[in-house]
Amino acid sequence: MNNNLIKGNKFEWETIIGLEIHAQVKSKSKLFSNSSTAFGSKPNSQVSLVDAAMPGMLPVINQYCIEQAVRTGIGLNAQINNYSVFDRKNYFYADLPQGYQISQYKYPIVGKGKVTIDFKDGNSKDIRIVRLHLEQDAGKSLHDQNPTKTYVDLNRSGVALMEIVSEPDIRSAEEAGLYINKIRSILMYLDTCDGNMQEGSLRADVNISVRKPGDEYGTRCEIKNLNSIKFIKQAIHYEAKRQIEILEEGGIIEQNTLLFNTSNGKTRPMRSKEEAHDYRYFPDPDLLPLEISQTEIDKLKSSITELPDDRKKRYVDDYNLSNYDASVLTSDKHVSDYFDEVINSDKSLKESSKIVVNWITSELFSILNEHNIEIKISPITPKYLGKLVKLILENVISGKIAKDVLIDMYNTKKDPETIIDQKGLKQLTNTSEIENIVEEVLKENQKMVEQYLSGKDKLLGFFVGESMKKSKGKANPKILNEILKNKLSKKN
Amino acid sequence: MKLDTNTINKIAKLARIKLSEQESKDLLKDMNSILDWVEQLNEVDTDKIEPLANISSSSLPKRKDQAEDINSSDEILQNSPDKLEGYFAVPKVVE
Repeated sequence: MNNNLIKGNKFEWETIIGLEIHAQVKSKSKLFSNSSTAFGSKPNSQVSLVDAAMPGMLPVINQYCIEQAVRTGIGLNAQINNYSVFDRKNYFYADLPQGYQISQYKYPIVGKGKVTIDFKDGNSKDIRIVRLHLEQDAGKSLHDQNPTKTYVDLNRSGVALMEIVSEPDIRSAEEAGLYINKIRSILMYLDTCDGNMQEGSLRADVNISVRKPGDEYGTRCEIKNLNSIKFIKQAIHYEAKRQIEILEEGGIIEQNTLLFNTSNGKTRPMRSKEEAHDYRYFPDPDLLPLEISQTEIDKLKSSITELPDDRKKRYVDDYNLSNYDASVLTSDKHVSDYFDEVINSDKSLKESSKIVVNWITSELFSILNEHNIEIKISPITPKYLGKLVKLILENVISGKIAKDVLIDMYNTKKDPETIIDQKGLKQLTNTSEIENIVEEVLKENQKMVEQYLSGKDKLLGFFVGESMKKSKGKANPKILNEILKNKLSKKN
Repeated sequence: MKLDTNTINKIAKLARIKLSEQESKDLLKDMNSILDWVEQLNEVDTDKIEPLANISSSSLPKRKDQAEDINSSDEILQNSPDKLEGYFAVPKVVE
């Protein structure tokens, strides 16, 4: 059952992983100041006196950020705490003007929760959430521009983050990928974080240790600040292997904070953390405890429409999709919105949802990927894709021709019916026309016909191909096959 | 509870404060007497009492999510000893 074990040279090992995800709240202004959170602005142009930690400045909390943390907590099926406290986490770093980060330590805004991840084989697994708390982001340091200087941009300083901490319930790189994807999709459905990993709106610290199955947890290392699912998986693979090698050679794992080098795929200890951190948390005297009433929580609960798991269930129940297909489809809200629009564009499509899924995930995706276009701005509208699928279902065109039509639809933004009319692509369903074509093909290939009749059954495919070619791909394959078989059997 | 010089030096290091040996000795004495004084609070039974984060009875003031366009670069960099193209330039932090 446990296929997550890693084979070392001597033993089999289990990887134990917990994730701390930092998700930037999608707010206009920062957590404790009204400077803008816009990404990519001129360096240090969005730094208020509060963000720069000028003496005497006082933080005032952003109501919207509190609400988004609560909504996210609800999306994580978590306990929302009516009482939480902001603490100071003290450390010195060039991109942290205050000398401390305002965070939540003992009393976070959100407590225990859980999310479900779905595997290809149809199985599911719950990953428990320890907590979610609100905290300030730090500024950004550029280390590689100058040999003796570090450049600091404080625009990000003070932006609201939600730190989502999981229990060490994750057992493989694959599970870690599914988990972070699930969190990302929940955040995007709730619209509490834009989920943009490239811009750093979503990043993760990975805690990882290994043990022989059944043993106690081993010593863990923490890999900091990974900003893509690919890197998270690579880092886990590398780090698990590294720890196993040390242990099998009789060594011990030192608890360490690591950085992952994306260019060589290796982890290494962070030098600046040589001295074990002692953050000396204490309640921030500038901020009163945060109290949220049950009425406020209930109101926020009612603002949540459909979460990925609800939608997944709807797809399984209403459209007969498999659990895995439904989870893949719902993991990206934009894809899932597109699917909903296609299905809703015509009643008859509900019966053929699986075909719609295939047209979206294989044909549409391949065109969009080729042009690097996101589905939410797809030139092929859901309504037109729905029309195209309907034309296939009604045998007006074959699936093969539909693929060409789809490319035309992308390029011209035209209605599929218009394209089919203009190019004369309608499928040939007229029996006598197809019969004529088949007759011709058989006449032109008499030798093959003899071979077929003497037992080379495989030649049927050849006749189908030739006839199809002659019809310019328009012959209805089912009718064509029937006529061919019929004619050949009569020759026997 | 008694502090020793090592603890004093560690606290100083965490606070990025440089202490001479004499200062360290003086502070050890001061801090120990402060701790002794605070120690008296241990006589109060607090077993069933939740820690208090703040003594004020008012509630946390909140603001609306409105962003102000402040274009702070020039002003914010004014006090910086070294800068380049809108960035603070600080001694290299090695990672």
